[in-house]
Amino acid sequence: MATTPHAFETLKLTGLGRSFGGHAALAGLDLTIRAGEFIALLGPSGCGKSTALNCLAGLLPLTHGTITMDEKRIDTLSPEQRGFGMVFQNYALFPHMSVERNIAFGLQMRKVSRSETKRRVTEAIALVKLEAHAKKLPGQLSGGQQQRVAIARAIVLEPSLVLMDEPLSNLDAKLRLDMRTEIRRLHQSLGLTTIYVTHDQEEALSMADRLVVLREGRVQQVGTPEELHTAPVNWHVADFMGYRNLLDVTVTESGAEGVLVSNEDLHIRGTAVGGVTPGGAARLAIRPEDLRIASSEDTGDGLIVAEVAVVEYHGREFSVGATAKSGTTLYVRSELAPQPGDKVRLRVDPARALVFAADLDAAGEPVAQTALAGEAAT
Amino acid sequence: MSARSTAGLRHRLAERGIDRGLLMLLPAVAFTVALFIYPFLYGIGLTVQPTAGMQEKWGGGIWANYIAFFSDPFVFDSVWITLRLALPAALFNVLAAIPVAFKLRGKFRGKRLLTTLLVLPITLGTVLTAQGLLIFAGRQGWLNTFLVQIGVLNEPAQFVNNYLGVFLSLVISGFPFSFLLISSYLSGIDPSLEAAATTLGASWFQRFRRIILPLLAPGLATTFILTFVLAFSVFPSARLVGDPTGSTRVMALMAYRSFGEQIDYPMASTIAIMMGVVELIVIAIVMLWRTTLYRGSTGGKG
Amino acid sequence: MATVDTAATEAAAPQRRRLVARPSTWVVWALVAAFFIFLIGILVSVLVDSFGRRWFGGWLPEEFTADWYAEAWDRFNMTHVIGVTVGVGVTVVVISVLIGVPAAYLLARRNFPGKQLITLLFLLPIIIPPITYGIPLATVMYNVGLGRTLVAVVLVNLVPSVPFVIMTMTPFIEQINPSIESAARMCGARMKDVFLRILGPLLVPGILAAAILVLVRTVGMFELTFLVSGPPTDTLVVAIYRAMTAAGGGEARSLISAMAVVYTVTMLIILIVALRFVNPTQLVARVPETRDD
Repeated sequence: MATTPHAFETLKLTGLGRSFGGHAALAGLDLTIRAGEFIALLGPSGCGKSTALNCLAGLLPLTHGTITMDEKRIDTLSPEQRGFGMVFQNYALFPHMSVERNIAFGLQMRKVSRSETKRRVTEAIALVKLEAHAKKLPGQLSGGQQQRVAIARAIVLEPSLVLMDEPLSNLDAKLRLDMRTEIRRLHQSLGLTTIYVTHDQEEALSMADRLVVLREGRVQQVGTPEELHTAPVNWHVADFMGYRNLLDVTVTESGAEGVLVSNEDLHIRGTAVGGVTPGGAARLAIRPEDLRIASSEDTGDGLIVAEVAVVEYHGREFSVGATAKSGTTLYVRSELAPQPGDKVRLRVDPARALVFAADLDAAGEPVAQTALAGEAAT
Repeated sequence: MSARSTAGLRHRLAERGIDRGLLMLLPAVAFTVALFIYPFLYGIGLTVQPTAGMQEKWGGGIWANYIAFFSDPFVFDSVWITLRLALPAALFNVLAAIPVAFKLRGKFRGKRLLTTLLVLPITLGTVLTAQGLLIFAGRQGWLNTFLVQIGVLNEPAQFVNNYLGVFLSLVISGFPFSFLLISSYLSGIDPSLEAAATTLGASWFQRFRRIILPLLAPGLATTFILTFVLAFSVFPSARLVGDPTGSTRVMALMAYRSFGEQIDYPMASTIAIMMGVVELIVIAIVMLWRTTLYRGSTGGKG
Repeated sequence: MATVDTAATEAAAPQRRRLVARPSTWVVWALVAAFFIFLIGILVSVLVDSFGRRWFGGWLPEEFTADWYAEAWDRFNMTHVIGVTVGVGVTVVVISVLIGVPAAYLLARRNFPGKQLITLLFLLPIIIPPITYGIPLATVMYNVGLGRTLVAVVLVNLVPSVPFVIMTMTPFIEQINPSIESAARMCGARMKDVFLRILGPLLVPGILAAAILVLVRTVGMFELTFLVSGPPTDTLVVAIYRAMTAAGGGEARSLISAMAVVYTVTMLIILIVALRFVNPTQLVARVPETRDD
């Protein structure tokens, strides 16, 4: 297939919003997408990411904001006029049409000539390696094959934008990895601008050029995978990015080389991220891989004492769940397997212990008042 | 919601689900209003325009038809006659269908044939069933001949032209219907629930009583309502295999008598409307009972 | 049918089920047997009667003849009656599908204010007894001069048929994944294309099932048709009923039996055609077939 001519330079979403009878499923989404980018919309279920995708596709009418493509407003166009391709979570293949006819459908709708249709369908089938199944009906294919058909059906139209709605979530783990590579390969070789919705942070990090993290309909952070991985802007994003240890702490001291935080179990130094004031409630976030079991020679400050409760084998490492004095469970990675019941001491690099404001508003900004102590999330 | 809504009126209506797509509903709604709601209201209007004869006989001005309905025992008794027929018939159809549907679930050879045979009476219609019953269960019919020959009866028994005849015809047309409905409700209950109960030590009866029945009950209520509706509007069989002047003088017959024989449209409408009222009362009672039942997923694919 | 397998409950037991059945099994089979004895008895006795002459008691008539059929054709103009019956049935099916399916689509797919009210509006003609609305409706028909016309017969039969199509098609449409429609639109299909190329073919089985049911119900519908039809516009059931209740004790029993057999054969043909397309359980409820164990 020839490289797709980009139909646009930039696609601009301004103040995009969608409410359902007063409830805002999506609000204030601003984003500028450059041609050829792979953008992932990431968030837990119900965060508005699918709403955003459907609004972009035109399947849901917007209630707020505009979408402009190179200065041309497109949010008033119907889905079939926007010329985007879409891949659905449940494949959404036409059950009564063969693989070939599924893929040819869009070309027929666009009145592409018969010979051209045949050529492009053949190319698309080759691209997703389904030559042997061209005449089969969707019901005769496996989940992975069905999703390939769905992808071929979307890209055969050489759309200016491909929208993918959790395309891998119905596949089993191994197939998911293969398809991830496959989608990335197609994106790179065809240069298709792609917006990809997922709830799987690993998937988003490994595939996307930029990530948009959503929560309760509001954008929390936009950034490259690296930015999100190392510098989440608030504890919601941190929680979602694999900071499994989220502890409620009080800030006791704040200085040039970080803040000192403490609670019943610990008294350690960390790195403050945004609006943390001494004496205020804060939330400490540490990745399991940044928390280590200290050796017996280590006798410095900032150790957390805990008792091993659960040990899981994870291939090269063990994942250890240890219970601290207050009953909080801390998750640690360890190369050696401790025994349940062992007393361990844990240490974290202050640069890797992020301290966030505990109370956030809907957009993820810290709330000045430290009032909502009970709003502790999952 | 800080941003000003950029959506016009059309979008705001669309958000509430109102747009041009709703026009697809228009033919059906217009049709139902013209041919169901309007005549229905017209019929209610007719009930308060009694004929001069009715007014003279029963008094009460425009309410003469209702006074006649409630105080003429010949008319009013038909309410009880109808209920005495329809309620037991519907109850029998549901209760008999439960064990049969229960035994016949799952796959076995000839199941499709059996279900096909069971659908047959639905297509026979009441008139043919009536004719068949008159011949088969009549005094000289095969049923009596057989029962006399094997010595169960001394002389032919009266199976038709009475209450029993109408009841039999209601069972023949209603039982397959409730069997098929209950079967489909039963197949909607996830078999693993019963397997789970078995592993927890429940006996056959306990499983049925504690697991299946509660999950099936809403379906049973629906089935009862639907078979009751069928039995309640019984008309041809009440006339043909029943005793239309006595034990099977049902409301439908009374309404038709006014309509077709006495050409008293207002009184016919009154009886017809009251028939609807009585039926809706019974349905409302069953629905009320149904709301007390478990409603939700039965775990199956249904 | 001795190999009935109630094994959903006894899946753990690998051996063949005992043939010594529990009492409950006997009760069930006795019920089913009694039902079929009546059913077959009714059918066969009508059939025998329609070919018999002088059947007074005893197992069989004294003579067999096909004269009753010839007489039915002579006296009741059966060709015309069958023509009316099938014509009315097909017309009602076509109109109710055309009106009902779009409405069912909307009820299945969309939420809008007043949806529950509209659903109730479509439910009422199904649960209210036909006589209740039939009598006022027939009065209206006579008032506007449509009494005893084919138009009236078709219109009154549409009253329960349109809601019936809506009620059977709505769950059927609900089980078609809406994202299939979205996918078609994303492929550039306009609403018209979505309906013709995607939904249409997917809905065919459901429409067939609903159409067959409406046909069976219309051909068998006695009450409504009876209220507005007259001898030239009678359908088969009404003609039989009139023959049975005609003044002076009705027509000869065997003549009516012959007509009833004609009716049954008409129905059977419809049914056989129908069962080629749909599963009987689906005729009353759209619940998937029992899962394979």
